[in-house]
Amino acid sequence: MPASRRASVARGQRLMSRPREHRSGIPPLVLVPAALALAFLVLPLLALVLRAPWRTLPAELFGPEVGPALRLSLISASAATVICLVLGVPLAWVLARATFPGRRMVRALVTVPLVLPPVVGGVALLLLLGRRGLIGQYLDAWFGLTLPFSTAAVVIAETFVAMPFLVIAVEGALRGADRRFEDAAATLGASRWMTFRRVTLPLIAPGVTAGAVLCFARALGEFGATITFAGSFPGVTRTMPIAVYLALETDPPAAIALSLVLLVVSVAVLASLRDRWITGSTT
Amino acid sequence: MTKGLRAQLGVTREGFTLELELDAVPGEVVALLGPNGAGKTTALRALAGLVPLTAGTVELDGRVLDDPERRTYVPTELRPVAMVFQDYLLFPHLSALDNVAFGLRTRGTDRRHARSQARQWLDRVGLRDHADKRPGRLSGGQAQRVALARALITAPRLLLLDEPLSALDASTRMTVRSDLRRHLADYTGTTVMVTHDPLDAMILAHRLVVVEAGRVVQVGTPSDVARAPRTEYVARLLGLNLHRGTAEGTRVALADGGIIHLVEPFAGDVFVAFPPSAVTLHRERPTGSSSRNTWSGRIVGLEQHATTVRVEIRGRPSALADVTAAAVAELDLTPGREVWAAVKATETHAYPA
Repeated sequence: MPASRRASVARGQRLMSRPREHRSGIPPLVLVPAALALAFLVLPLLALVLRAPWRTLPAELFGPEVGPALRLSLISASAATVICLVLGVPLAWVLARATFPGRRMVRALVTVPLVLPPVVGGVALLLLLGRRGLIGQYLDAWFGLTLPFSTAAVVIAETFVAMPFLVIAVEGALRGADRRFEDAAATLGASRWMTFRRVTLPLIAPGVTAGAVLCFARALGEFGATITFAGSFPGVTRTMPIAVYLALETDPPAAIALSLVLLVVSVAVLASLRDRWITGSTT
Repeated sequence: MTKGLRAQLGVTREGFTLELELDAVPGEVVALLGPNGAGKTTALRALAGLVPLTAGTVELDGRVLDDPERRTYVPTELRPVAMVFQDYLLFPHLSALDNVAFGLRTRGTDRRHARSQARQWLDRVGLRDHADKRPGRLSGGQAQRVALARALITAPRLLLLDEPLSALDASTRMTVRSDLRRHLADYTGTTVMVTHDPLDAMILAHRLVVVEAGRVVQVGTPSDVARAPRTEYVARLLGLNLHRGTAEGTRVALADGGIIHLVEPFAGDVFVAFPPSAVTLHRERPTGSSSRNTWSGRIVGLEQHATTVRVEIRGRPSALADVTAAAVAELDLTPGREVWAAVKATETHAYPA
């Protein structure tokens, strides 16, 4: 929103008598719920910041609760992001470029984890990969591999909920990219794989980065699927969000400190995305 | 084995059929000329393999590249064909140098050798100092030259140019056009160029193939086509008298004989162009008129078009003149008659050759 328009929204009432600015003529009745909505979104965060035990914060941050949880969260969210990139970019490529029967169906399926309650995702993962699960029983019987309640399970749960963000962002970037660059690469002797690697991928890099950042943010905040599929073992599966939830009963100041860390990470993610979206040309 | 290009292009898409025969020998520059939507670019894309044929064949140096009947299709990346696109399509994430090196890298040349050859090519097109620039920081003329170097470095047997100069402004266009002409003269393969600019076609091409609605309507050298246009479109489009000569100040001695005076001074080899509508015809030598160029010639042909009559005059120089039917009657313009032609210096355009 341009600054001038932002200012005119704030002047609300006066707009009515100034027909020159009637383009942004917003009825005052709308401003009340709008302000309420803004307060609703901002005030909780404000409360978090205001009620934070700032004096004891450093001690909390380096206490036994925060350190391991933060490390586990960062490692598992990073691993999930890498897996999403390795598997999600090719899926996005297929969705954006291939034409096959049922493509729309596949696309709809990809977005299911976006709307599915994460807990349901966790239950579904248990039923597939649990010790008695569809695939899990064979993993257990043949390889002695038990996924649930391990760090691997955390990564799997986070990948499950975060993958759609990456696929949708990359698919959008691929659709927006000028395909004639690929024609140009072909006339210069580039195979399809080389064209993708050396031309298409660099062109959609801003979209991929945006997708990866969103993906990472979603994985970092994952709670429902993780606690259902991976449980809450300190240092193994107890990620930041789970630690926050548990600490709230036993050690509220620690919970607030943990929350603040997550808030800072989220704001950082948002800021990095904003930069991408301003400078990125393909998203 | 036949050297060069032999193509019968048949492409059928919804509501559009392209049926075009195109032959060209190595070293030849053929221009596909036609109105928008005539299928010129589709023809070029079919030659590159970006659009598969639905009928016909493409044969280059005796090798079949596309023949739907025999189920032969060589994919674009395996054809010895390079293309300069209308807006160049330089890869925005690569430097000028790496853009030029791209075609060698795809063919397995290691980075160091590819780059050193690319540097030589940039040198050849006069962009030695711009090697590290991204395409976004190149001017239109520079980008065109990078695109040409990027295409030629692969030593293609067929070079395709899609409106190679249309993205340039008028002043850059002149110099880039004469540079392009020089590079095409050095190039040993076959060139097929698409353009809707008659001047580009006449200066750059040895042969014109005029395409309208997906079909060839006329083939010939630029002067043949201009002299005897078969359709109204060609007549209007190629309504251009074009001569080469040597300039000394505002005076140009034409290679085919005759003198033309310009407004702006030039030096050395130039092209001089003026439209037939700028040529006036007179029974007597015009006196006291502001036209600085007058010469006599004999009428060798008259061709009726919708609103004008195109008169072909043989003389020094030979020229085409568009006059009204009333003027034809009034001046009794008939083949064999001696007339005076006049062109104002302000109506002439000169370009460095």
